[in-house]
Formats: sequence, C-alpha cells, structure tokens
Amino acid sequence: MDQRILIARSGQAVDAADVPRLLPPDFQELLAGSLTAGTRVAAYYGQPSPDGAGKVLVTAVLANDREGTLGLFATEVTGAVPSLAEEFPALQLFERELHEQHGVVPTGHPWLKPVRCEEGMGREVPFFAMEGEAVHEVAVGPVHAGIIEPGHFRFQCHGEHVFHLEISLGYQHRGVERLLAGGPTRRTPALVESIAGDTVIGHGVASARALEALGGVTAPPRACALRAVALELERLANHVGDLGALAGDVAYLPTASWCGALRAEFLNALAELCGNRFGRGLVVPGGVRFDLPDDAAARLAARVQDAWERVDAAAGLFFRSPSVRDRTEGTGTVSRETAASLGLVGPSARASGLPVDVRRSHPWPPYDTRRIPVEVGDTGDVHARAWVRFEESRHSAAFVVSALSTLPPGPVAVAAGTPAPGRLAVSLTEGWRGEICHAVTTGADGRIARYKVVDPSFHDWMGLQVAMRTGEISDFPLCNKSFNLSYCGHDL
Amino acid sequence: MTGLLRTRLHLGHQTIAYPEGPARFPERFRGRPVVSADRCRAGCAECEEVCPTEAIARPGAGRLALDTGACVFCGRCEEACEDGAIVFTRDYRLSMRRREELAVTGDAPQLAAALDAKMKRLFGRSLKLRQVSAGGCNGCEAELNAAGNIQFDLSRFGIQFVASPRHADGVVVTGPVTANMRSALVETWEATPAPKLLIAVGACAISGGPFKGSPVCSDGAGGVIPGVGVDLYIPGCPPHPVTVLDGLLRLLGRVEGDDLKLASTGIVEPTRPAGARPKNR
Repeated sequence: MDQRILIARSGQAVDAADVPRLLPPDFQELLAGSLTAGTRVAAYYGQPSPDGAGKVLVTAVLANDREGTLGLFATEVTGAVPSLAEEFPALQLFERELHEQHGVVPTGHPWLKPVRCEEGMGREVPFFAMEGEAVHEVAVGPVHAGIIEPGHFRFQCHGEHVFHLEISLGYQHRGVERLLAGGPTRRTPALVESIAGDTVIGHGVASARALEALGGVTAPPRACALRAVALELERLANHVGDLGALAGDVAYLPTASWCGALRAEFLNALAELCGNRFGRGLVVPGGVRFDLPDDAAARLAARVQDAWERVDAAAGLFFRSPSVRDRTEGTGTVSRETAASLGLVGPSARASGLPVDVRRSHPWPPYDTRRIPVEVGDTGDVHARAWVRFEESRHSAAFVVSALSTLPPGPVAVAAGTPAPGRLAVSLTEGWRGEICHAVTTGADGRIARYKVVDPSFHDWMGLQVAMRTGEISDFPLCNKSFNLSYCGHDL
Repeated sequence: MTGLLRTRLHLGHQTIAYPEGPARFPERFRGRPVVSADRCRAGCAECEEVCPTEAIARPGAGRLALDTGACVFCGRCEEACEDGAIVFTRDYRLSMRRREELAVTGDAPQLAAALDAKMKRLFGRSLKLRQVSAGGCNGCEAELNAAGNIQFDLSRFGIQFVASPRHADGVVVTGPVTANMRSALVETWEATPAPKLLIAVGACAISGGPFKGSPVCSDGAGGVIPGVGVDLYIPGCPPHPVTVLDGLLRLLGRVEGDDLKLASTGIVEPTRPAGARPKNR
C-alpha cells in the first residue's frame, strides 16, 4: 500500500494532520496514477492552509469502489500547478473551482472559466464559438420557460443539428459552503437541507454522518433504517416525477399526467413520517427527529406498495409505446468510455454501463446488511437513463416495504456529540442523482473550518453537454430531463 | 390502447376535492402556528435558541411572536417549549398581503385579502404568471409545479404559469434572490406588462430563510425591484400546493371566509395537546 495515501472509510473521521502532505509534483503524480488505476475523484478541494502564508491546502479524496475505501492526500500550493484536466476530464471542473475559490491557477487547463461567478456576473464569460456562415448560435436562459432553476445554455447549431452545447451556471450561488463554515450551529440542518431542495434526505444523511463521525457518535439502528426508508422514498418521488416529465417531453400524456400525480404518493409518505413532503426536519446528527410506530409503519408500507403498483402500470405504458421508444432510443447517447472519463455518477453513469453506486461500494447501515440491487444499462441514451431510473425505483419500493416491516427496535436518536478539533470526516451517500460527498474539517477550536459539498450534479453537468453533441436541438428538453441535474446543488 | 384504457380505469379520477371539498394532510403536517403569549414563561428563550432562521421574537417577555415569513416549519420551537406556547396546527392557510401580517401572535387564521375590484375584474378569471427562481433550492419550484399537476390542477381556476413574461400578469419569485439572479429578475419584471403582481413564495423569497444575511443574497424579493412591493406572500418551506392554491384563490377573491377544508375531521387540531412534550425527540 502506498504510504503517501491515508486510507479511510466513508463516514469515518481521521486526524486532519494525518492526511499526507506531499510536494506538488508528487501530489500530481499520485493523483494521476490513482486515477489511472481506476479510482474516482469524490472531492478535490482547497482551503486556506492552517500554516498561513497565503498557501492553499489542496485535498484529494479518491473513491476506490473495489475496496470500499477512500484515499486521502494533500498538498500545499501557491500560485499555479500544472493542469491534469486534459488527461483526466473528470478533474476539469474541480480545477476550475480551485481557481475560482482559491486562486490556484491550473496551468494549461483547456477551458479555464468561472464555475459559478462567485464574485458576481458582471464580467462576460467566454463561450466556445464556431466560425462559419451557416453556423448559428442559440442562447437560452437564465430564466427558462417552465418552473425550473436558472442556468444559461449556449448551442452552436446548423439548423437542428447541434455541434456543441456549453452550459454556464452560477446564478443560484447562495454561498452555502461559506455559511456552513464556523458551524455547526442551529442553522446548519436548514442550510444542508437547502443545498438542493429535492435532495433533502440525501444531503441531510451525508451531513449527519460526517458530523456524527466528527462528534464520535453513531446513529442507532432504528434511525439508520428510517433514514434509508426516507432516502429511498426521495429517490422514488424524483424518479417517478421525472418519468412523468419525460413522458411529457415526448407528448405521451397518459404517463405524464399519472406519474406527475403518483409522485405525490411518495412525497406524502415522507410527510407521514416527518410532516414535510420533502423530508425536511427529519434527519439530524445523532439520528432522526421522528419515530414511526410499528402499526403506522405497516400502513405506510402498504401504501407504498400500492403506489408502486400504480406507477408500474402508468410508467409501463410509456416503455411499451413505440412512439416513445422512437424518441428516446439513440437520443443523447453517452458511451461507457465517455461516462468513465468524465467521472459521471448516479443513474447517468449506470445508464452508460458503469456500475457505480455507493450504496453498494461504500455501504453504510442498513445498506451494509440490506443489499440493494444496482441497475445498469448499456446504451447510455435517454431510454437507458429512463429505464435505469424505472428499475431502480422498483428496487427502492421493495426496499422501503421490506425495511418498514422489519424496523429494528430501540431509540431513534442519540445526542449529536461535539465535533472534535482538527479532524476530517468524509461521507458518501447515494442520493437519487448519484454520489453526494460531504468533506468536513474542523479547526483547532472544534468549529467547522471547511465544509466541502460535492453534489452529483457537479460531476454530471458535463455529461449532458456531451450527450447533446451531434444531436438535434429539439431533443434538448428531453435530454435535459433525462439527466435532471441540480442547478443549486452545483452552484451551492 | 386497451392497456391505456385499463390503466385509466385502474387509476381513476385524480384531482382533489378542494376547494369545494376537503384537502388531505398527514397527521404530522405542520401548518399555521398558534402562539400563546400567556403560556410563555418569563425569561425563557428555549424556542428562540433552537430556531434555525431567527423567526421568533420577544420570547419570555410576554409578547411572543413567530414570523411565518422566516419560519421553515421545522417544529423545533414547539419541541423545545415545555409550556405549549407555540403549537403547529394543520391549518394550511398561511398567505398574507402585507409583510408585517405574517407575524403570528395568537390563534387568528391567516387569510389573504382579495385584490381591489378593478384588479379582480382584470385577473379574477384568468391569471397568467411567470415564475423566476432566484436561488430557490427546487423545493418551492417543485411544489409550484405540483400545484399545476392533475392532482391540484391550478388551471381549473384559470391560473397558469406561462413561458414568457410578455404573456404574464405577474411574477412569482422563489429563493433568496442571489446576487447573480438579481438583474435577470429585474429584467423579467420589466418585461411583464402592467398592471402586474409580485408574489413571493417560500421562506427564502420572503425573508432570505436559511440564507438570510448571506453576502451573495438579497434576503428575499422585497426591495429587489426598485419601488415595487410584494403583493402576496405565501409562506412555507416549501409551501404545500394547497397553501399555494389557497393564497392565489384568496387573492383573486375566488375563496373567501374562514371555512377550513381539512380531510378527516374538518377541524384544525394541534399536532399534539398544548403543553405536552412530544414523545419523539
């Protein structure tokens, strides 16, 4: 084993000082070598060096899916480092973020532009442009036609044909990481739940597990089971809603109408648990705030089973319709190789044939004992992304029904514990969009010195841009919905 | 085709009975809070200490108030108060026309007043709205979308979300209004023909919510557009689709009075008896 890497597990705290600090060239070499060997970048972020002097402490968190471990190593840099983005496209956005947040210049980066325009939208950002008399540019956003979050899309087209799509985000930047630093405070859970309001449980669990690790406590088994029930209900609600929206985008209205309404069954199930349709207020460091009596759990299980049967019927029609298949098959294709090199996560990666799912590779209770099947597609198109989400919804429904009928006895929370000083905890959670990573470092005073959030959308937005190449611009809404990425999760 | 018809029969009618009949809310749903200053113990500030968004004013001083414009309805204050001075009910009606009306000091229902006769004549049977998410986390956006689905079906009332501000009678804002969305919001407003309405949905758009004080946000939609005030506040984190419906229908004068439509009992019940400490921590 390489002594230059600290091996940790998801949801485990380590001494921040134990993370090996390498010289920048050794760091770069190790990063390149580890990525070549098949690990994935879960987080790659900076913070002001505790030693001061204007240096930036850059930490890499690499996920080894075979071993179920995380590899941590760091370096201190000032000024510039050679970019690895050309060789490892999965790093390109992380390098740009390091540049924007800490001024570390990745020398030779192929397209070094702001990630979120954290300093304001005032100055023009460059866009890739094509020359040619027949080439035209289509600019969309930030305000879109529907009720959706803002982002700017710039297409280079020839008629319907799309040569290139570039997505420019940052409109949703609320300063989440800065607001979380200095905590935990009474505001922390509300902030975490608002990182992406459709992934309240996903981010809530990631945060709670990191803070529990820092506080040296473990959530009781019943709390873990209820968290997993909530996480799968969140997955169901979003997948089912999106199957409806996809149907709407290809004008297959029966599934659009029904799935739009059936999504509410899973949101309402969350509300039965905690009073809020998005699961707000449920997950806290130490456990969950609401218990479910066994008889209520049995009733909820029956409701979820019944709702799933209706989804199965409504969404099944969608997949059997030839007109739907005509629009979804071969549309917005991302190959397995591309998905791997871009570092895609979640259903977008699985649809392209990559079996990445941290519920399996980095399991936490109850997923360590209650294994959930991973659905993998192979065509990487809109159809595959829809199908993967349909099939994993089926597993989630079965999981919820089974988990609700076998809730372990005992309390649902313990005291959260006070974070220990000088520690680093990384936790991975498989949200409905994919891998959520929270890396939390405490300072000498025990307060949070750096709270790094990596939403799955941060990995996946590039996938959508690549999926649109050589496609038709009229297929964009369909492609976009098949990924359904988070703007605020990316913008933080 | 036969599969389609079979599924249609199997799934049945989906639209809720509200506003003619009751709407369904889960037992643990946290709607309008009831504040009892007389139960509030002098010198105690436990509710304020747990509130994530500083929504509670003057605890322990005999004039307790809860600002539903800042509240994220997490229920921690209720949990912290041993005396039952704050109790969340299942009353889904929360919308108000003026910012200061959102401060709850008692048990009065929150019922938004209707537009004046001229505006009601203009918008009463057809209200087209443009939505702008300005830092919204997709919670409020999701519930606004849900308000338009076949279950809640906003369009039954002639209310629709439209694709262009040029076609709109008003702008619905969600999110704390980030610095990066400020100019886009102002431009959308300016592109909307007058007379027009400004509606703030959710704690973030009303007060900044959890993002209050963020150096890159504006603490909500009020004051972002020079000289323009908010016409309707719809509180919540996010507001339930029926809360959205109730606010818009009251604004248009389509729902009036204090008749509460709630499934099962039809009355507002505190989620637990006043004064009792919750069993679940």
